[in-house]
Amino acid sequence: MDIRDTVFIALFAAIMAALAVFPPITLPVIGVPITAQSLGVMLAGGVLGAWRGALAIVLFLALVAIGLPLLPGGRGGFAVFMGPTAGFLLGWILSAFVIGWLTERFWHSLNFPVALMICLGGGVVVLYAIGVPWIAMVARISPLTALTGSLSFIPGDIVKSVVAAGVIVTVRRSYPIITR
Amino acid sequence: MLSDLYIPGDSPVHRARPLVKILALVVFCTGVFLVDHWAGIALAALLVAAGFALAGLHPRHGFAALRPALWILAAIFAVQLWLTGPALAAFVILRFALLILAASLVTLTTTAGEFVAGIEAGLKPAPDWVPKARIALAISLSLRFIPLVRSVLDEVREAQRARGLERNLTALLVPLVVRTLKQADETAEAIQARSFD
Repeated sequence: MDIRDTVFIALFAAIMAALAVFPPITLPVIGVPITAQSLGVMLAGGVLGAWRGALAIVLFLALVAIGLPLLPGGRGGFAVFMGPTAGFLLGWILSAFVIGWLTERFWHSLNFPVALMICLGGGVVVLYAIGVPWIAMVARISPLTALTGSLSFIPGDIVKSVVAAGVIVTVRRSYPIITR
Repeated sequence: MLSDLYIPGDSPVHRARPLVKILALVVFCTGVFLVDHWAGIALAALLVAAGFALAGLHPRHGFAALRPALWILAAIFAVQLWLTGPALAAFVILRFALLILAASLVTLTTTAGEFVAGIEAGLKPAPDWVPKARIALAISLSLRFIPLVRSVLDEVREAQRARGLERNLTALLVPLVVRTLKQADETAEAIQARSFD
């Protein structure tokens, strides 16, 4: 692994941290705040590629685990990995990996619609495929109930996928990292 | 600047090595999930209360740790109450609360610096294929990059506000990512010039 890779991984962990200070909107129904942070997950995969993107998320979650208040609302520490929504946090790792892998795969034909499909697939489908069964398991509710409870976040995630796809395509034109 | 969630103190809990605390937490959490019974919950509650008392922490620290999870815990409680009745609903919520409190006990009594030192010490006996120096470098670099990214974000936000684009997320994120990638490249060159490898 090149030294540049290490630096980029550290940078995207820091970008994830910075995105926590975007003002979050908490829906009163279920309490998972809608923030710009999951945008950082899509960008990590879409800009850095599979391995570097996933490792950036691992590093970010490690910083959260050691007690830095880097999640929205100043949350941090081991406690967040004990809560019911921990599956979504751990799901970010696979999410970034899948988005990165697909972006590498379609790098030469990458345009906005392709990037959008990649972000929706990796950032929404993969993420919910981990987060929803996790809630169902630890909270002892049926997967269907957990899914219904999470549905209110899908619109926000679609908006974030649109933004992330636009950023990924523009950064690919102006400062590509993956093919260099 | 960055601050962690540490509450200063000089109790045996504060002085215990980070690795010991993490292992104790893992054992505790596994135990709480394995012993699927009210007696286990009662014992776990006793242990958590004893831990907080020993560390000299106030109950309000515990409440502060639970507050972010309150909404979702209430939602799960309502669903459980409706599906299975009050006993199982209370059981599930209590178990969550205990896990969160136990984890925050570790976080509240350990500084981030102690954790980083603990990670480095824990990596020492690791086999050679583990890139120890790289891991330490990545952690310290990311801690250095957080204030940098925040200041670039503030600058970009200011500039886009002047153009009336402060509500446009793409107009904020593209310059943020491109500018910090350039800086990261310069940092990488600087590290290479000093023959890090």
